[in-house]
Amino acid sequence: MISASSKSFDAAPMIESGPDDDSLLRVSLGPQHPSTHGVFRMNVVLDGETVVSLKPVFGYLHRNHEKIAEGITYLSSMPYTDRLDYICPLSNNWAYAHAVEKLAGLEVPERAQYLRVILAELTRLINHTAFAGFILGDMGAWGSALMYAFRERELILDLFEDLTGARMMANFMRFGGCRNDLPDGWAAQVSRLVDDYGPFLDEMEKLLVGNEILLARTQGIGSLSKETLVNGGISGPMLRAAGVNYDIRKVDPYGIYERFDFRIPLGATGDCYDRIMIRFLEMRESLKILQQALAQLPEGPVIDPKARIRNFKPPVGESYARIEGPKGELGFHLISDGTTKPYRYRIRPPSFINLTLIEDMCLGLDLADVVVILGSVDIVLGEVDR
Amino acid sequence: MSVDLETIQARLLDVLPAARITVRRNPGPAAQHSLLVDCADLVDVCRMLRDTPDLAFDYLSNVTGVDWLDSSMADAVAAPAEGEAAAPATGFLEVIYHLYSTTRRVGPLVLRARTIDRGANVQIPSVVAVFRSAEFQEREIFDLYGVEFTGHPDLRRILMWDGFEDHPMRKDYVAPDDCEYEPTPHAAVLQKAKRHYAPS
Repeated sequence: MISASSKSFDAAPMIESGPDDDSLLRVSLGPQHPSTHGVFRMNVVLDGETVVSLKPVFGYLHRNHEKIAEGITYLSSMPYTDRLDYICPLSNNWAYAHAVEKLAGLEVPERAQYLRVILAELTRLINHTAFAGFILGDMGAWGSALMYAFRERELILDLFEDLTGARMMANFMRFGGCRNDLPDGWAAQVSRLVDDYGPFLDEMEKLLVGNEILLARTQGIGSLSKETLVNGGISGPMLRAAGVNYDIRKVDPYGIYERFDFRIPLGATGDCYDRIMIRFLEMRESLKILQQALAQLPEGPVIDPKARIRNFKPPVGESYARIEGPKGELGFHLISDGTTKPYRYRIRPPSFINLTLIEDMCLGLDLADVVVILGSVDIVLGEVDR
Repeated sequence: MSVDLETIQARLLDVLPAARITVRRNPGPAAQHSLLVDCADLVDVCRMLRDTPDLAFDYLSNVTGVDWLDSSMADAVAAPAEGEAAAPATGFLEVIYHLYSTTRRVGPLVLRARTIDRGANVQIPSVVAVFRSAEFQEREIFDLYGVEFTGHPDLRRILMWDGFEDHPMRKDYVAPDDCEYEPTPHAAVLQKAKRHYAPS
């Protein structure tokens, strides 16, 4: 029961903006709609089937994560970062740990560095595999593709459960390393999984590329010029699909990525088809990184023994650190005032900023294309709304 | 990967001689120093950074809003040079921009812009005309901090709902506590609400 004094708001208000013409149809797409990947709404104005205006509406999952993080200690936010992009918790852990390590000047031991790379690349596999399943779902092929994708994702989640105790909410990285060492036989299991993943990718790729509907629905849809994408702050596979060679693992290396031999796949046109294929190629590069990392995995501590858990107070200053998350540039901007809590804790969410140009991509196309384009951006609302 | 701020400052002052741009030192181990830019020059500085071929900072990655209740802390985090005026004591809002160059692969170049105070004078010019990526991020800072970005094409709330009135990320924001509905009201919750809504 809500008291009379509290403010109420209309769950789905009328569209406030857009061209004013009686012949146009106004559609509120979402927030509860399977193609919006969560609770996301778009106010679309249609002329017949053609999109003439599209305004995204955010905030249905907003819980002001940044405010909460400013009221608790640095480490207390670590489990909360799992819940940002809940498909890829371990990448989020790494981005946050990376920013705090920069803020406090901490070193990370060798074994932990390798462990982080292995976990981040496994997370990339999870994300891109799930993406391939979801994008077919967005085109109407509910079920089959997602089932195959989630079958493989489950195998990786089992490994995460063995290592961290949780399938998704890992809470595994610490400032200066990782929480615990590998269980017995874990690395061998990852090796087996990596060996089996190539054939699965072949199969999945055949399922997608051999599908006439997929080709018709994605080719030539939703591309923008390189300059527009860079100016719009687009990052990750979205940006590289258009041919911009910008992968943070290469251009601003963090961790130990400089040691591995891998390539950055680039697309040609940046349409939805390129965005799908770029993720397949990235998975193959991830497998290469995983093979090298597993072969080189050294012995030693997984966390710097000098790293403080209790009463952790980084010196006064600020740091901005970013990693190449599966969805794009995931950054954390932290400002320390010398106390146990961050003065400012800011997340640079790739899903949110990748939506900046969603209207530009959709104008002049059909409503059905909007769903495919939104799918190809690959958003997670936990991160968009924070 | 880091950028030489003195050189960039000199380059900017060559083209914009009237601009007020100062280098601020970050005392922490990250050593990401920044340029404090006067609000009046912010858009020109951004355009110049983007369009000068050998600077080519074409990628505005991140825009952060900060609420400084205590100005001395703002100067501690971004320390002014010797003899430079300290920040005004009244507190202010600050917007921090992280720029990268996708072609030269350098960064981050950190820019800061500050409002005059936290009350009526909270305007900062919008950089959306130069960097489209600021569009949603500036809306978010407007929503959560109340910075008014002049010249923004569509300055509306983005995460909070339209009828919401306050700015929740401000340090002196008091969360409403009458919404903490419980089937059996707990004494602690009631006491908190009573304190909050006490007639003053």
